[in-house]
Amino acid sequence: MNNQKKVISVKDLTKKFGSFTAVDHISFDVMEGEIFGFLGANGAGKTTAMRMLCGLSFPTSGSGTVAGFDITTDAEDIKRNIGYMSQKFSLYSDLTVIQNLRLFSTIYGMSDKEFKSASENLFKELEMEDMRNTLVGEIPVGWRQKLAFATATIHNPKVVFLDEPTGGVDPVTRRRFWELIYQASSKGMTIFVTTHYLDEAEYCNRVSIMVDGKISALDNPTALKEKYHATTMDEVFRIVAKQAKREE
Amino acid sequence: MGIFGSLIKKEAIHIVRDKRTMFITLLMPLFLLILFGFAISTEVKNIKIVTIVDKHTDMSRDIEQKLAVNEYFTYLGQAAPGDVERLLRTGEIDAALFIRTDGDKLDTQIIVDASNTTSAKTSTGYIQGVLSGSSQSQPPILTQTLYNPQMKSAYNFVPGIMGMIFILICAIMTSVSIVREKENGTMDLLLVSPTKPGTIILGKLIPYFILSCIILAIMLLIAYTVLELPLSASVFNVIILSLIYITLSLSIGLLVSTIVNTQLNALIVSAVMFMVPIIMFSGMIFPIDNMPRILQCITTIIPARWYISAMRKLMIQQLPFGYIIRETVILGSMTIVLLGLAITKFKNSR
Repeated sequence: MNNQKKVISVKDLTKKFGSFTAVDHISFDVMEGEIFGFLGANGAGKTTAMRMLCGLSFPTSGSGTVAGFDITTDAEDIKRNIGYMSQKFSLYSDLTVIQNLRLFSTIYGMSDKEFKSASENLFKELEMEDMRNTLVGEIPVGWRQKLAFATATIHNPKVVFLDEPTGGVDPVTRRRFWELIYQASSKGMTIFVTTHYLDEAEYCNRVSIMVDGKISALDNPTALKEKYHATTMDEVFRIVAKQAKREE
Repeated sequence: MGIFGSLIKKEAIHIVRDKRTMFITLLMPLFLLILFGFAISTEVKNIKIVTIVDKHTDMSRDIEQKLAVNEYFTYLGQAAPGDVERLLRTGEIDAALFIRTDGDKLDTQIIVDASNTTSAKTSTGYIQGVLSGSSQSQPPILTQTLYNPQMKSAYNFVPGIMGMIFILICAIMTSVSIVREKENGTMDLLLVSPTKPGTIILGKLIPYFILSCIILAIMLLIAYTVLELPLSASVFNVIILSLIYITLSLSIGLLVSTIVNTQLNALIVSAVMFMVPIIMFSGMIFPIDNMPRILQCITTIIPARWYISAMRKLMIQQLPFGYIIRETVILGSMTIVLLGLAITKFKNSR
């Protein structure tokens, strides 16, 4: 993995809200094409860290690059090269499937022609051809999640940030969702994903566990399990998260 | 279609698909204008009055006749002096007029039910008018009512309602729609995209600006047709000033949306912080000149006060633009300050 290109590289990244340090000097690298799991209890600072990487929030100190651009100075360039799916289901529910896709494809600068071929492929891949003119609010949650992922990746970004993408979804749908993630990864997209479900951590190439704003563990799942003498990632997480002092 | 166009289209779909809000938004101005224009009136009519006369003369008969034919009074005839208090108490009459003949002069006394001060003042004035008209010893006073010769209260309310509606629609609807995107997380999707924050803001504001212009057109149409406000060249100025005021209201909505995080709070903040002061302190209902000095100072920071004052000058007094320069400058400066503040806050929110 060492000869691969770094897509995300972060050094001493810190975010303070007043006297509260949400993210405390974290450093890590993510390689091209990797599925990087970003774990942590509620309030550990995952979302804050992710928002800094996406250019939604300015770091208090520290530095980092995403897709080769500096997160403090080139936020606009980063935004052109990433996709983002937030923890809440976030598409416009009073717009139809195709209206949502068209809106975001335009925002990412796709022409009508590009959109046409891209959306045809998407609908086939997602088996959503007969839903294109349905209001997003009226389609089942599992499908919406898939659609949100499709929206986040429609412009073929270098990195996709997924903030708890499978929250509140049944296991079967989660499984299918991860198939989509693998598919995107095999196309060369780097996936940066936060999750609550520790079985999902097993699907990642590498996993980091955040505790109290710091990264307490970072390695591939097998190595982590060995290190903590655990059989599942769930156990690993329990052992690491026990160090937490911060209240939720 | 560019990014900007698709954002506006998206917002337009939001507005049109939300049928209930759309319905209320378009009907409320209509409803309020008609309600205040016709039903609610500060004019006092049908004052129930009796006379108590000690001796019938031509002069007393003359007064009685005048009361009987006057459309503002319901003349209930003569009453015994002992009954007056009971009649007032039961509400059967609003006022009583005592007439005592003293040689060839009349002594008169008005007894009026002042539990409602407004109607008491007005009816006393009316009765005095009737009396002065019939008194031969002094010539009647000539009064000319300018700008609103029929004293229609609709004239008075139209500017006030316009001042209220625009804050209601622009500030509340804009703030709620932006905060809804924050709540749903779609604002993050927009912010994480390469779209510039300025484009996102304009994409949100312009559809509501257009909606407000439609409402302005509806209100002016009603004001000038149904309510028969005098139409003159100042309509152009009315529109210009209204557009400034609409922009101001949109800025308020944007500012509110950067402060609060839930739709409910957006609604409460917009309603309590803006609606209530407008109704109380804008001069829409309560005249500002009658307020204590400290309240008068407070009214100066309320945009609606300046808008309503300018609208009265333009729509009712038919004054040219020169007379509303002060209001225009104040509203313009408020708009620039609020819009600047809102945009800075929006950009710094990350």
